[in-house]
Amino acid sequence: MDDLTLVGLVSVATAGITIAIGSVGPALGEGRALAQALIALAQQPDESSTITRTLFVGLAMIESTAIYCFVVSMILLYANPIWNHMVGQGGG
Amino acid sequence: MEISPDNIVYWQAGPVVINATLVFSWLVMVILVVAAWVTTARISPSRDVSRLQSIFEALVSTIRDQIRDTAQQDPRPYLPFIGTLYLFIALSNLLTFVPGYHAPTESLTTTAALTLCVFLAVPIYGIWQRGVVGYLKHYIEPTPLMLPFNVIGEVSRHFAMAVRLFGNIMSGSLGVAILVSIAPLVVPIPLHLLGLLVGQIQAYIFAVLALVYISSASRPGDEEESGPQEPSAKAS
Repeated sequence: MDDLTLVGLVSVATAGITIAIGSVGPALGEGRALAQALIALAQQPDESSTITRTLFVGLAMIESTAIYCFVVSMILLYANPIWNHMVGQGGG
Repeated sequence: MEISPDNIVYWQAGPVVINATLVFSWLVMVILVVAAWVTTARISPSRDVSRLQSIFEALVSTIRDQIRDTAQQDPRPYLPFIGTLYLFIALSNLLTFVPGYHAPTESLTTTAALTLCVFLAVPIYGIWQRGVVGYLKHYIEPTPLMLPFNVIGEVSRHFAMAVRLFGNIMSGSLGVAILVSIAPLVVPIPLHLLGLLVGQIQAYIFAVLALVYISSASRPGDEEESGPQEPSAKAS
């Protein structure tokens, strides 16, 4: 297996593993945040607009870690600098 | 499929490149400016207002109330900047249902530029409301030992803002593009709807986070510490 094939194989495999592992943590965290928000809504229904707004802001902050992993896997698949460099070298 | 509309080049001459990001950014800007100009040309204080004016009145008063709730301060200094940020990002994410349109926020360059505006606005608002010494003092706020952590934290959370907006919008449109190439016509529709919803939420998140960063650095603080400060309680 030559170098180019190896780079391609590892890039694609890493992209898959990155997004697979990276989406577990934020999903668990968002589930907990949502559960707590529902409890708070049940206890204080008149504050629902504040609670909902804070919930959405918090969910977006938690989601950003999953987005980082997604961006890394997209870069590995579509804008891979090492792949481009090696293709540029070999193609000539 | 493109990871960023920066690579779709329409016209190029030397260092000047007209790519899709530029074209669609200007399109969104032109739409906003024309709508605002048309509304304010026929503005009327009576009850007989045009539809566009009542839409804008509802928008502006909602944004102003949200700013007052979130920042716990008089919303007037923040309203132009935060309102413009929100309207630009919301409109540019909303127009993705138009075929052939690439959201300018799909490119890291646009989101980095918006984040740079917020990054510059934090010290500008802070110095304007607390004075140079008062603003610089908040970096050593709990203890001078926290100075490097405060600085690094400030830079990294702006970086996170840019990547968050870019990642959300780019992932939405790229996901739809991949689905269209696999199972077109009906299957991409739910993902497209989700992308529209996420776009609006991310516009709100960006504006609220910008407001939180600006207002936390420019809190008026104690009465004797801040110099020229408007009597916000009496004015609002």
